[in-house]
Amino acid sequence: MGLSLLTVCYLIGSVTFIIGLKMLSHPETARRGNLLAAAGMTIAIFGTIFLYEEEGVRLGNYPWIFGGLILGTVIGLLAAKKVKMTAMPEMVSLFNGMGGACAALISVIEFGHLAHLINAGNLTDIHKGTLLTIFLGLIIGAVSFAGSMIAWGKLNGRIRDFAFKGQQVFNLFLLAAILTGAGYLLMTLNGSNYALFYVLAAASLVYGVLFVLPIGGADMPVVISLLNSFTGVAAACGGFLYDNQVMLTGGILVGAAGTLLTILMCKAMNRSLTNVLIGSFGGSTSGTAVKGDAGGVYKEISIADAAVCMAYAHKVIIVPGYGLAVAQAQHVCHELEKMLEDKGVEVTYAIHPVAGRMPGHMNVLLAEADVSYDKLQEMEQANDQFRNTDVVLILGANDVVNPAAKTDPASPIYGMPILEVEQAKTVIVNKRSMKPGYAGIENALFFQPKTSMLFGDAKAALQQLVSEIKSL
Amino acid sequence: MDSILGWIQTHIEMIYIVILSIFLGIEVIGRVPSVLHTPLMSGANAIHGVVIIGAIIVMGKVEPGNYAALIIGFLAVVLGTLNVVGGFVVTDRMLEMFRKKK
Repeated sequence: MGLSLLTVCYLIGSVTFIIGLKMLSHPETARRGNLLAAAGMTIAIFGTIFLYEEEGVRLGNYPWIFGGLILGTVIGLLAAKKVKMTAMPEMVSLFNGMGGACAALISVIEFGHLAHLINAGNLTDIHKGTLLTIFLGLIIGAVSFAGSMIAWGKLNGRIRDFAFKGQQVFNLFLLAAILTGAGYLLMTLNGSNYALFYVLAAASLVYGVLFVLPIGGADMPVVISLLNSFTGVAAACGGFLYDNQVMLTGGILVGAAGTLLTILMCKAMNRSLTNVLIGSFGGSTSGTAVKGDAGGVYKEISIADAAVCMAYAHKVIIVPGYGLAVAQAQHVCHELEKMLEDKGVEVTYAIHPVAGRMPGHMNVLLAEADVSYDKLQEMEQANDQFRNTDVVLILGANDVVNPAAKTDPASPIYGMPILEVEQAKTVIVNKRSMKPGYAGIENALFFQPKTSMLFGDAKAALQQLVSEIKSL
Repeated sequence: MDSILGWIQTHIEMIYIVILSIFLGIEVIGRVPSVLHTPLMSGANAIHGVVIIGAIIVMGKVEPGNYAALIIGFLAVVLGTLNVVGGFVVTDRMLEMFRKKK
């Protein structure tokens, strides 16, 4: 009775995960989808605690289990409630690392359970299959944990990019060594060499660190998404280990979805995944900034002129970028939008797919500032409208509006879809300086006659703009 | 060779689940608008927290005297719970903002 009830719990869990993910794909149902998956997870967890039995024996150690659950819930709730919206990506990375570590620790304990069999030399083929999943869970989980921690550190600025000569070769060598080591251990495991398992664990941690370290901070979203799918696979290994369908479905679903999401992110940046992972793009190319032939004179605009320019326009499109996120200027931005609307100006936002720190991040930030969902336009929509737009205000975005992506085949960003802001009548660019953006290239847009530069921190500049428009 | 075939034989249902889930995962995510990518990633992140179930099983099977395993298992339960609870709550917070209109 208990066990068949548990099977039903797992079935419900698996189905809620699938439907939950599906509902997450529409803005109206997304929130319910998330809650549905959470409900399914709760059922699966409590089903396991109270109904699981193996050869007629129920689970024990309830104080430990509930202690862990309560402690984890309290810390998780506090962390998730307190985190700032701009710090969301690193929070996701942190939680992802926790899942990876959990998978790796499970492997460590399960390996310990097999240790006495190993010592007695009583391993059968069935045990080898179990060992294989234990090894996979350990390696993938450990890599995901270590990598996520580095990604977390990079996003909040605690860890700098670090690369040494031949690092890629060394990484490949290390990965090969881990895999061969695991294979060798699997074949020959006996009482004398089983301590090598822990060496394998340590090597996987080192690999996770070295794998993420050379990748530029701006590429972290791609890396987090990739590690997210790794953890999914590590969880699925647990599914094999315990013949547990809900772990398997949940893990593989995330593994597959995460991989696709990673590829989608790369596509939006017009780069291949290999390029992100091996190229250590952020580190190497930003140093050797490509000098475009666009260099020349740019003109500055004063706050007052910019305010007048926008207040008397019919239609203004705001293009938010990474700079807006860093300056945390989303609230002031919304204020500016309301102010302009009061003056009868039509205001919308054009969101490039990779604006901000991860795809969709900019939408979350603007939503936090109460910007209405229907004011946000996706790239294709916006590109149709720039031609009828009086003023485009670019806030800390650079590469996503660089016309070189369309016109200059030699440019590293050539082919990337961009927001075609140069079709508008006037372009005002707010940036902190003339420094090139993340791709390390000049932007010809800034030197066009219709473009004016408004230097300064996005938040400060917007505040001044708001008070200026107020006094008009 | 025999051992590999035997392993496939005993896990054939699981292997079916894996293959179908891969296609399902790709299919379900394929239609997500880029606006929702961050919440989706976060939601998926919470779902792989299902690994907590493995931690609970492992924890519940440890003999009460085995403190090393108890402590590691306890840690696994805490980390897994963090992943689940934190993941779902963060996702909910993100999505809550999308709902507010006007």
